[in-house]
Amino acid sequence: MTVKILGTGCKKCQTLEAKVREVVQQNNINAEVEKVTDLSAIMSYGIMMTPGLVIDEKVKSYGIIPKDDQILSWLRGE
Amino acid sequence: MNNETLKLKKNKFLIPAILLPLWFLLYLNLEKLAILIVDSLLKLPQGNHMTSAISFFIFEVPKVLLLLILIVFVVGVVRTYFSPERTRKILGGKKLFAGNVSASLLGIVTPFCSCSAIPLFLGFVESGVPLGVTFSFLIAAPMINEVALVLLLGLFGWKTALMYVSTGLIIAMFSGFVIGKLKLEKYVEDWVYKTKAGHPEIEAVKFSFAQRITSGFDAVKEIVGKVWIYVVIGIAVGAGIHGYVPENFMASLMGKSVWWSVPVAVVIGIPMYSNAAGIIPIVQALLEKGASLGTVLAFMMSVIGLSLPETIILKKVLKIKLIVVFISIVASGIVIVGYLFNLIY
Repeated sequence: MTVKILGTGCKKCQTLEAKVREVVQQNNINAEVEKVTDLSAIMSYGIMMTPGLVIDEKVKSYGIIPKDDQILSWLRGE
Repeated sequence: MNNETLKLKKNKFLIPAILLPLWFLLYLNLEKLAILIVDSLLKLPQGNHMTSAISFFIFEVPKVLLLLILIVFVVGVVRTYFSPERTRKILGGKKLFAGNVSASLLGIVTPFCSCSAIPLFLGFVESGVPLGVTFSFLIAAPMINEVALVLLLGLFGWKTALMYVSTGLIIAMFSGFVIGKLKLEKYVEDWVYKTKAGHPEIEAVKFSFAQRITSGFDAVKEIVGKVWIYVVIGIAVGAGIHGYVPENFMASLMGKSVWWSVPVAVVIGIPMYSNAAGIIPIVQALLEKGASLGTVLAFMMSVIGLSLPETIILKKVLKIKLIVVFISIVASGIVIVGYLFNLIY
């Protein structure tokens, strides 16, 4: 599973990245977490608010920091 | 499960229903409470500067914070009804002028954070929203700030608040319109028009009413949690001026008769970065000491609407020439508004 955090480096983006990594680690989820900072790459997902959370190439959220249990259920494919 | 969600929903309705009357009760009795604290609790001697400054502080801090909480909550809920995607769709087919008008208006209600300015700019421009219309949005969104609006409303009354919103709108419309007319597309970084943004079907975020209420509370937690300290500091500065600086002290510097005060106020305001909540108590103190409304309003708009750090971020997508044009047009707009108000009042 690939997880991407889209963001140019604002505070919210860093918070989300740290959060996702923590959730992945704590729940032993086999996922590769990657931070995407390139603008055109970010735009290719069609979002207009950062941070974006992309799981297996699907945009799950943008512009917000989702709650932990929400992230976890997305990671589990629920 | 069903039962639980029902309970949750009930709670979400119940909380605002209880909190709202409490809010009003507290807000309407603040003055009495403040007097009580100053006179009976602290037993401060009447009539000296220290007492005057402390009373100002004790009354204004809870008042401004209360207003802030209510409005940020309301705006947080209202914003769940708008999204950048929807705004983009509305603006997509618009021509200049009509587009500038709607972009400026939508700039007020669409959720916006300066860190998202770039993706938003790209998303708008690449999907065919005209450059000038995009700029109207980007100018209105930070300049007409809900926090500033409420503070003006609470501290100066609805006339000043209305003036702030309408002049902000006019500046955003006018600046975007001029930028559109000047045909500055060539000063957008070349790669912007070359890359086509992907538009995969993003699942639209659907909100239930309970979620909208939650969004309101989240906004309060986030925004009030961040700005309260600036409010307190701003009011402390205001209180200092209030108690110690003589009446009409500012008249010779920022008064009506000083013709250069408006442009100077705007230029000083550009590199200053403050959020609306921090600047307004200072605005209040300046006005009270004889500064003229036009000059102070121009200063405030320059500080919150034009900020250097935000403009530097735009360098990723705009050539320096366009940034300079953008700042000059908006600054001129603010200067004109400043003079206009000095003339009227």
